[in-house]
Amino acid sequence: MTVHIPTTEEEAAAIVIDHTARREPLSIFGGNSRAGFGNASSCEVALSARGMTGIVAYNPGEMVMTARSGTPVAEIEAALAASQQMMAFEPMDHRPLMATSGVPTIGGVFAANVSGPRRIIAGAARDSLLGVRFVNGRGEIVKAGGRVMKNVTGLDLPKLMAGSHGTLGLLTEVTFRVPPRNQTERTLVISGLTDEGATAAMAAAMSLSVEVSGAAHLPVSVASTFRAAHWADQSATLLRLEGLSGSVAVRMDKLTAAMGSLGSLSHLDESDSQTLWRTIRDAAPFADGTMRPVWRVSVAPSAGHRLVAALRLEVGVDAFYDWQGGLVWLRMEAEPDGALLRHHIAAVGGGHATLLRATPQARAENDAFEPQPKAVSLLSQRIKEKFDPAGIFNPGKMG
Amino acid sequence: MTDAIEFLKPRSAVLARRAEIIADLSKLLPTDCLIHEPRELMPFETDAFVSYRRMPLAVALPRSTQDVASVIGYCHRHGIPVVPRGAGTSLSGGAIPQEDAVVIGLSKMNAILDVDLANRAATVQAGVTNLSISERVSANGFFYAPDPSSQLACTIGGNIGMNSGGAHCLKYGVTTNNLLGVTMVLVDGTVITLGGKALDAAGYDLLGLVCGSEGQLGIVTEATVRLIAKPEGARPVLFGFDTSEQAGACVSEVIASGIIPVAIEFMDKQAIEICEAFAHAGYPLDVGALLIVEVEGSEAEMDLMLKSIVEIARQHAVKTVRECQSAHEAALIWKGRKSAFGATGRIADYICMDGTVPLSQLSYVLQKTGEIVVRYGLRVANVFHAGDGNMHPLILFNANDPKESADAEAAGMDILRLCVDAGGCLTGEHGVGIEKRDLMRHQYAAVDLDQMMAVRSAFDEGWLLNPSKVFPLDGRPA
Repeated sequence: MTVHIPTTEEEAAAIVIDHTARREPLSIFGGNSRAGFGNASSCEVALSARGMTGIVAYNPGEMVMTARSGTPVAEIEAALAASQQMMAFEPMDHRPLMATSGVPTIGGVFAANVSGPRRIIAGAARDSLLGVRFVNGRGEIVKAGGRVMKNVTGLDLPKLMAGSHGTLGLLTEVTFRVPPRNQTERTLVISGLTDEGATAAMAAAMSLSVEVSGAAHLPVSVASTFRAAHWADQSATLLRLEGLSGSVAVRMDKLTAAMGSLGSLSHLDESDSQTLWRTIRDAAPFADGTMRPVWRVSVAPSAGHRLVAALRLEVGVDAFYDWQGGLVWLRMEAEPDGALLRHHIAAVGGGHATLLRATPQARAENDAFEPQPKAVSLLSQRIKEKFDPAGIFNPGKMG
Repeated sequence: MTDAIEFLKPRSAVLARRAEIIADLSKLLPTDCLIHEPRELMPFETDAFVSYRRMPLAVALPRSTQDVASVIGYCHRHGIPVVPRGAGTSLSGGAIPQEDAVVIGLSKMNAILDVDLANRAATVQAGVTNLSISERVSANGFFYAPDPSSQLACTIGGNIGMNSGGAHCLKYGVTTNNLLGVTMVLVDGTVITLGGKALDAAGYDLLGLVCGSEGQLGIVTEATVRLIAKPEGARPVLFGFDTSEQAGACVSEVIASGIIPVAIEFMDKQAIEICEAFAHAGYPLDVGALLIVEVEGSEAEMDLMLKSIVEIARQHAVKTVRECQSAHEAALIWKGRKSAFGATGRIADYICMDGTVPLSQLSYVLQKTGEIVVRYGLRVANVFHAGDGNMHPLILFNANDPKESADAEAAGMDILRLCVDAGGCLTGEHGVGIEKRDLMRHQYAAVDLDQMMAVRSAFDEGWLLNPSKVFPLDGRPA
């Protein structure tokens, strides 16, 4: 595959204009570390943003950063750490799970709307995204949004670009919120709960005024992969608190008292807590070096465990939960069984499933993204035409 | 009333068929759901941007999503513009109708349909008021976070249209960050649902696009919003500084220090005097700028945070620090701030502007705002959400003086241009409406606006929905 790696917006625009004129499809990506997303594409030429790098503007007092989209995530994180700030949405690194290589870029984070455990309290990547610049399918360089925290003037196109997986344009620059980093964190572990019991416990924790910033449940099959952990022979329900150290201590006492009757409790200190949540963020329990199908399923928090219970009656499946039970990581033992999974998602009240890892053959037989109702799908198609009239950006990737 | 802002010329073909349209609509709606007598239409001819008025052709007050679909589908088939309306509290003229338009008012759709605490979500009809959601779940220890000043009256549908914010958005975000799903009616009467109780949805983020789209992409009839556990307590502290520069620098440093207060409100000298005279909140009158900083949490947490904040304020030569000793004192501090608009209305007519600037530009923009207003021979009071740079200059004038009215409007436009030039934007939380429509080209290049308008056309090719708003009247897609 030929890969164009422009270093400026203008170069990128020229490449797009040329391909639009010839109606030749372009595969759009940043570092391509999230290549597992979407339906397979048959593009012979790619356009990568990874040549457009560098932090353009960063004033910590404004809690806003602007960076070119090809800037490595690691570079962004290092700059933020130096000013005790962060991306609140905790973006996942997909490489271990998807068995991909490449350097994750900040543009890719937003193009895939990648959000981790803190999403339940701090919003998704799209909530932090304030402004974008992108090249559309006509080769125009478009700016949308801005660099202030309240900025929906006209239509909120940055939201539309977030999670559009390069099908609407090539992101060239992103501006996003960067709030203060938490001074410390601790995690409460409740051992031995069933999936259903854990769901109730997580909901109860989220209803307390202690600002739980991570709520996950590892059934015993998954918990046992944490060999070093003392809970390894039981399920583990995990509740994270973050903030100023004095404040975390006060809230942890309150949370511990409230959860005391539910099971045996233990605590993780800052370092163990950080390692654990990075593991959950990256879905590391299923980063097993195989190509067994992995789905990322999003449903109402109270529905996750019911979905898994229903599936277990029909197929071999392993699962763990983030986002208070609403984000279900599923690893199928054999086939992806997309139709069966989507049937059960509808039965528990709706949501969607995204196929993140599968063999090429399994991919060919399963839609990577949840099919949309007809009216919404038509609308999405019309929107796509307004950005990419020749249909050259990542054709077929989102269905 | 001034006439600097134009509306689209009414479609004469629609006006000519007025009687027929009213007869048709009355068949589509339950009884008591259609208003068309001129006297009864008067309350709908403007919103909170009262200097502009237009009498609508008729007002439909549907009771269900299906009613909305029937009316909008009919209007679509007959080329009749539609203007959605919540409580009519828009400060930018977002709900002002036009002579050839049918207003679809959501006020009868005011039921809370479902409260689901386990999933921290409430599903409500679009005409439900903002405050009533928090009131409903308060006893269970939850609240709905966005809190516009008009929250007693304004509706969730209107909040979604304008992506409304409020004083406490610094910590919790604005409407778009607290919206999980909507049911909406497209221009041709098709009903779709976007999102739901899951934290994200498949496909393009149409929910994010619809929020803040000012009723131009469809009419939202139901919304699922996120509920948040109420904090254990909240405590405001009042800081007085000699200058706005000191106050502005203090805000930046508090934020950089790693503490995010739930609110940081700013008032300048004029605003302090107006509010103190009205509310007797005990504001110091010998300072040039006031900050109200509120933190949340347990007593111990609040003590901890406030200690750091007071320390930072002292490094910025704070003149007055008032920590509350009681709930009464806390309420009094907020009473002064929350009565700012009403108190200002007692001494003069005013227009409330809304723009956002980067925090580093606050002092500069305040100073320039003062200069602009003086140039027009007017006065200004500044109250705003300093934590996120959302300015609300109140320009004082005499509405009975046509020259002052025109000058106030012109000064407001100059201030908004200033916000954009300082790296900010035309809106914070009030939307574009008609008020800021003709300034859109100041913020966006032609290609940027064209892309937005193209997306708008993907939803509403004939531009029937709230057509006089948001985008300049010339240069729209054919």
